[in-house]
Amino acid sequence: MVNKIVVGAHYGLKDWLAQRVTAVVMAAYTLIVAILLLGQENLGYASWRAFMAGGFMRFFTFLFVVCLIWHVWVGVRDIWMDYVTPTGMRLALHVLTLLALVGYLGWAASILWRL
Amino acid sequence: MKKERPKHLDLRVIKLPLPGFASILHRISGAGLFLMLPFLLYLFELSLDSELGFAMFKAVVAHPLAKLVLLGLLWAFLHHFCMGIRILLLDLNMGTELLAARTSAKAVMAVSLALTVILGVKLW
Repeated sequence: MVNKIVVGAHYGLKDWLAQRVTAVVMAAYTLIVAILLLGQENLGYASWRAFMAGGFMRFFTFLFVVCLIWHVWVGVRDIWMDYVTPTGMRLALHVLTLLALVGYLGWAASILWRL
Repeated sequence: MKKERPKHLDLRVIKLPLPGFASILHRISGAGLFLMLPFLLYLFELSLDSELGFAMFKAVVAHPLAKLVLLGLLWAFLHHFCMGIRILLLDLNMGTELLAARTSAKAVMAVSLALTVILGVKLW
């Protein structure tokens, strides 16, 4: 038996898995919405709102947004970690990204809340 | 004889193979989608707000500049989507041989561009 000594911050596997799970949820949402909407011609306000206000769509859209925010966090943080080496600037970018994403999550939730 | 290896990773000098090119586009498309999230959320909110908001939404997306941005985002989304499926398949050990990986990278580029044209024409 090999005892591997794992070093590092230990979030690699969790993030790798999260990126894939959130991707699968978003892909499923995309395909379902595309199939439901592409058949409709000339979607007006009433039918568009009724479509989004359905219980299933509200649930699935919220799930999509949560997955999107999580997915973006992992992806954008990786970009900063790859290209921005000064610690202070990297920290600032991480914090700004995180704050923006939390704001977007609240924004999206408020849109769905009003349906 | 000593092998001449590229001792640099200067992006202006090295030539990326197609899977590498598709991969960096995955990152660029993701970054673009992230940067445009506020715009997309704004459009989503507008479209669901009221009859008036919906009319404003239609007016905004009819603007040539907005159309151009949205067409770019449509490609970014489709490329990111197709490339994501390719990555999931690679994770399942499917298509990891050199030829298969090159073919799938080519397919991702072709399918995402073709879908952008088809959906772009259909939506506008």
